[in-house]
Amino acid sequence: MTDILFYVFAAVAIGGALGVVLARSPVGSLLFMVTTLASLAAVFVLLEAHFLAAIQVIVYAGAIMVLFMFVIMLLNLGHDYERDLRGGVFGVLSFAVIGLMAGLLARQFGGPDGTDRVGPGAASIDAAIAEHGAIGAIAEPLYTTYVVPFEITGILLLVAIVGAIVLAKRRVQP
Amino acid sequence: MINGALVLSAILFVLGTFGVLVRRNAIIMFLCIELQLNAVNLAFVAFSRVVGIEGQIFVFFVMTVAAAEAAVGLAIIISIFRHYETVNVNNFNLLKW
Repeated sequence: MTDILFYVFAAVAIGGALGVVLARSPVGSLLFMVTTLASLAAVFVLLEAHFLAAIQVIVYAGAIMVLFMFVIMLLNLGHDYERDLRGGVFGVLSFAVIGLMAGLLARQFGGPDGTDRVGPGAASIDAAIAEHGAIGAIAEPLYTTYVVPFEITGILLLVAIVGAIVLAKRRVQP
Repeated sequence: MINGALVLSAILFVLGTFGVLVRRNAIIMFLCIELQLNAVNLAFVAFSRVVGIEGQIFVFFVMTVAAAEAAVGLAIIISIFRHYETVNVNNFNLLKW
């Protein structure tokens, strides 16, 4: 059952990604991206990462995509239907690059003989969820072992806020 | 399902790379970068079934960096649009060579 669901959501995600790359208008591209993000959240649920699935829907599909939509509406790009694919030598080269990349990734990710990798991860995550709950299982190591990267992330967000305001602000002529 | 998720992640990453290389609309290029980041997130979550909870914690940091990158990048796009009245990257050649 979960396998069937996984293939359904994987197909939707790939279709959405194709739509992102090939859609003519930025708004269409954005809506396909939301489709991809939602089906990736479903895949996260199937991989037992429930909290990350919720964050994916709330933060990614909710906040970040709305930010993109704001910018598209602000710059009035919704009617930008001109064909903007690069062609010629650059197109051929990019096909070569993605072919090479797909080959390398398939070799790396395909697994040794087609069977799933095994490790202690699934058992330890299930034990942590049983003990602390789905949120506590992530929060406990996040606030103990990884507290320094967590604080640095806060500084990064602060810098990003200040940078975004400085960049987007209209210069006032003195 | 772990191998299936890894293959899906590879496909999404390659599609995102293709979009970044081929499209000329700066906003769609940014969307394709987000697609690549999501593919990496999926790989992290899949590997967390093998290695442990650290994979899922890394996804948090990747999402934070993605949010910061989107905010700063869109601010840059707004600032460029004020100057050139377009978001087609063909016109932004001041720093090209």
